[in-house]
Amino acid sequence: MSSTPNLTPITKIEKKNLMELLVNGKRIDGRGLTEYRPFTIEKNVIEKANGSAQIKLGKTKVMVGIKVEVGEPFSDTPDEGVLMVSAELVPLASPTFEPGPPDENAIELARVVDRGLRESKVLDLKKLCIKEGEKVFIVFVDIYVLDYDGNLIDASAMAALTALLTAKIKSYEVKNGELIYKNEFTPLPIQNYPIPITFVKINDALLVDPSIEEERVMDARLTLTIDKDGKLCAIQKGGLKELTLNEIEKAVNIAIEKASENRNKILEALNWEEQKR
Amino acid sequence: MTLFIEKRSIVVPGEVLAEGKYLLGPNTYAKNGKIYASKLGLFDFTQDKIIVVPFKGAYIPNINDQVIGKIVEVGLFGWTVDIASPYEALLPASEVQDKRSKIKVDLTKILDLGDLILAKVVAFDRTRDPLLTIREEGLGRITSGRIVEIPPTKIPRLIGKKGSMINMLKKETECEIYVGQNGVVLISGKNVFNENLAVEAINKIAMEAHTQGLTDRIKEMIKKRREQYVDNKTG
Amino acid sequence: MSITKPDRLIDENGLRIDGRKPSELRPLKLEVGILDKADGSAYVEQGKNKILVAVYGPREAHPRHIGLSDRATLRCRYHMAPFSTEERRSPAPSRRDIELSKVIREALEPAVISEMYPRTTIDVFIEVLQSDGGTRCAGITGASLALADAGIPMRDLVVACAAGKVDGKIVVDLCDLEDKYGEADLPIALMPVFNALTLIQMDGLLTLNEFYEALNMAKEACKIIYEKQKQALKNKYYQIKELIETEGEK
Repeated sequence: MSSTPNLTPITKIEKKNLMELLVNGKRIDGRGLTEYRPFTIEKNVIEKANGSAQIKLGKTKVMVGIKVEVGEPFSDTPDEGVLMVSAELVPLASPTFEPGPPDENAIELARVVDRGLRESKVLDLKKLCIKEGEKVFIVFVDIYVLDYDGNLIDASAMAALTALLTAKIKSYEVKNGELIYKNEFTPLPIQNYPIPITFVKINDALLVDPSIEEERVMDARLTLTIDKDGKLCAIQKGGLKELTLNEIEKAVNIAIEKASENRNKILEALNWEEQKR
Repeated sequence: MTLFIEKRSIVVPGEVLAEGKYLLGPNTYAKNGKIYASKLGLFDFTQDKIIVVPFKGAYIPNINDQVIGKIVEVGLFGWTVDIASPYEALLPASEVQDKRSKIKVDLTKILDLGDLILAKVVAFDRTRDPLLTIREEGLGRITSGRIVEIPPTKIPRLIGKKGSMINMLKKETECEIYVGQNGVVLISGKNVFNENLAVEAINKIAMEAHTQGLTDRIKEMIKKRREQYVDNKTG
Repeated sequence: MSITKPDRLIDENGLRIDGRKPSELRPLKLEVGILDKADGSAYVEQGKNKILVAVYGPREAHPRHIGLSDRATLRCRYHMAPFSTEERRSPAPSRRDIELSKVIREALEPAVISEMYPRTTIDVFIEVLQSDGGTRCAGITGASLALADAGIPMRDLVVACAAGKVDGKIVVDLCDLEDKYGEADLPIALMPVFNALTLIQMDGLLTLNEFYEALNMAKEACKIIYEKQKQALKNKYYQIKELIETEGEK
């Protein structure tokens, strides 16, 4: 059962400060309304994983690990590999996170990131099929939030994308129905680069990349995930208040631009070249 | 100042009722110069006030309301009373016992779990639960009679303009009827037939509260039942 | 028993697998006040969807600490009966149930005037008895009716419907097969009087033009469903009025 969250009240002075700055198009950390906090993504931070990345978006820190295993495909997609995304809001990341199974926030985070990756077909799942109906690669994307300072969705998704782009699996061949690993590594079959842009609405203002204080006073939250061709592949609204159609339109326009910006930053940092297969 | 709806029309939450400087009655709210209904109910208005009479709603206590409640917990310093409201009420022990008395009385001897009381609300605000008293004349533990529960929103209709409905009922059914503002009604009659009559009438009033000509119809119904009763006895 | 993908979701006449035109809604039945114990209730039948919603509240917050000091706590549970889907499903809440419970609650929050009842809970229970796509929207539409039926003060009703892309065409009110095998699904919830969105989600791939087309279609569908919501709420009381005026006393 989902319940209205019981959040610790923000002081009136802080709130007033934030609102007054907003009226003038400014935020408490000096950013413009459509400005992201500076972010860096470190790749291959966990050698035992097939792929991994750690992002620092402002003070938010998220680590994503990729483990690839062999398993059975789903019965309705016997010739496709499997993508599974999950997230944990571990207690060390915030005084507000409690130990236990993933709560609705962790589940929503995982599912929104999953949607962006899945609907944009970031992985060519057909290339992850080993033997149709029997053996496929299962790609586990595990999001591990380490430090919560706002905008977990964008941070997690960008780290997940980086981890997928830099993941390596052992090359293999199938001999007499047996899976035999070779001594080389290949990357995962990547074919898209989805990037979410998350907004919060505070009064009449739309802000990208909310900090934790901004999330605390927000009226509503909107995530728009854009793929490499400028198409929408996921949308998720959150928060306790409503959004107008105008606001949605405004957000879409900003998101297309920012997604491109962030995507380029990530690909350039990896010296990424689109592999032609 | 314009009204968009006819009097006694059924309105739903969010329906635009009027525009202009009207006083906001219960279950209405204003936004950008327009007045909207916030509950499902009947639209009504006076010279300058807009009201929605809701079909259903929780009982929120008002000071001086007479209520009928059930003891659900006996504590050291008083009783917790269920008054069919989202807020549990408290009847402090001081209501039935002299504060200066040093003898600790076992409160269950005065009022125990499951007892019904006719009480009055003496205090209530957004920060604490309602406080009751049973000190006044006529209040106290209920020892006999029938209880009927109807939506508290129907109580005004049960009472009627200047008590017209309730007085007619008391007379026609020959019963004593104590009305709790919280939707709980106590009936005490000379015999079971009269009490049943009162129960049926009260339920019917609750069901048809939004219609016209109710008082006459209830009177008619009671008359018919009495005739049927006599017929059954003699036939 | 698993469903296999149909060859085409839209045939040569532009009709969908259930014979509908792209902008056509499934048959919709809305009933209010059908449960006895709940403070408010509603039943929604939309195509093969059968959804029951009950509202309890405002009622005392138990345990005390879950209450909020300045408003009512809205609690929402979306749950599917084990027999509601093609394959029997476990009664334990799935990750999808948990996410849907959250987004449905958030779709209703803007409409409920919760400040009126501090330290209480308003509980919304959505039970999907039979599922055929679009259950979160039908659930929201029903929840709004049940809340109004319970006499919970609201700024506006909330009405929900999904649009999407199937076989390259933008369609409204997707059934399960269309949702599963289509290219995009866009559920929205609206406060109709204020034209404000309280829910918007999308999964799939849509160009901007397709997105706006789908959004518009969903919005228009919501307006149609809203008229039915109003009817359903008023009907119960109209019926009593009519009964009195025509039948007279027995």
